[in-house]
Amino acid sequence: MRIAISAAGAGPDAPAEERFGRCAWFVIFDEHGNVQESIANTARSSAEGAGVKSTQLLLRNNIDVVLTGRVGPKAMHAMLNGGVVVYTGVAATVNETLEKYLNGQMKPLAVPNARQHAGDTRSERLAT
Amino acid sequence: MIIAVASGKGGTGKTTVATSMALSLQDMSSEVTFIDCDVEEPNGHIFLCPQITGSDNIYIEVPEIDRQKCTRCGKCADLCAFNALLATSDEVIVFPEFCHGCGGCRYFCPVEAVTMMPKKIGTVEKGLAGRVKFARGRLEVGAALSPPVVDAVKKHSTDQGIIILDAPPGTSCPVIHSVRGSDFCLLVAEPTSFGLNDLDLAVQMVRSLGVPCGVLINRARERSCLIEKYCREHELNVLMKIPLSKDIAGAYSRGIPLGAVDGKWNKAFRRIYRDIRELVANEGNNRYQR
Ligand code: SF4
Ligand code: SF4
Repeated sequence: MRIAISAAGAGPDAPAEERFGRCAWFVIFDEHGNVQESIANTARSSAEGAGVKSTQLLLRNNIDVVLTGRVGPKAMHAMLNGGVVVYTGVAATVNETLEKYLNGQMKPLAVPNARQHAGDTRSERLAT
Repeated sequence: MIIAVASGKGGTGKTTVATSMALSLQDMSSEVTFIDCDVEEPNGHIFLCPQITGSDNIYIEVPEIDRQKCTRCGKCADLCAFNALLATSDEVIVFPEFCHGCGGCRYFCPVEAVTMMPKKIGTVEKGLAGRVKFARGRLEVGAALSPPVVDAVKKHSTDQGIIILDAPPGTSCPVIHSVRGSDFCLLVAEPTSFGLNDLDLAVQMVRSLGVPCGVLINRARERSCLIEKYCREHELNVLMKIPLSKDIAGAYSRGIPLGAVDGKWNKAFRRIYRDIRELVANEGNNRYQR
């Protein structure tokens, strides 16, 4: 099994990241908690559909579980269909998040918990 | 003459200005057309109360994947620039809301598993409000792609007479599609520091399109000097000021055009039109000399 954690940097000591589609990195572990690799999230700069593209990246990398914070409707739909299980409630760092997950303290997510574009920083999106 | 009425953000009274202007110009030209390009929230009709005489549906083509033929190679998902496709291990999922209908996925699919199917993304309606010709685009609920609907409604502009385009608020894609190709853009601004920031973005956008512009200050009050100072610094003409007043605010909220509040506004809009015509003519001359 492969577990991905959304993160602001590479490696297990990096800060974990709340935003799924817009995170900079995914840090990958096996189910025993051994770090395997860090994958740069090339999808984060997409104007549209960053969540879908990020999901595609996870599928390419045979990820089974993702630990993150906020997931929008399109990304949730994509992960449900792609068979990626989502848990939310990341801790401060990647390592602490993994520990929390292994202790069964993270919440499985079945419905989106953020609105679309919630991870965007462009103010244009926020103003309606 | 095509005049686009735009603003850096919503709620500046842009639609009131655009509709009032269209009505005021009825007597100046044999033909006045009002085109509502704010396809996400068209509300020019509230002020103009047009009689709708016809409508057309607007479609784009989105892919449909033949599951029998598809080998799940993932090529289509890789090349789609809009992330509208997700290739999972057992199917390709289409997110039609992201699809721009470019057809790239069909073109590159090695086994011809993709067919393009029309998807309705909006409607364009036309009608008549008094002597003003009226057209509006409306984006389908759930559709995210407004530029094709904007382009479709803009086809109702002719070479004849005066055309007033009510652009969507903001400075994004659909606004650019609305303003592009206009002879002039009238920017409606509010005298607040936020309003100034939005105006600045709008000015940059309009100038990058090569469309000459001028400013109308709405809800003008003491702090209007903020906008006026900006305009001086950026060589922009303040073409009109509409004061902050109870009567006018009431008219906005009830969908009454300004000319119906007080006939003096009809005169003011005719004056602004003459000013714009002059500015456009000068601009043309300058360009010719350069
Ligand atoms: S390119 Fe064609 S065969 Fe490959 S995944 Fe897409 S639809 Fe299927
Ligand atoms: S038509 Fe273009 S935008 Fe739509 S899914 Fe295919 S490649 Fe993507």
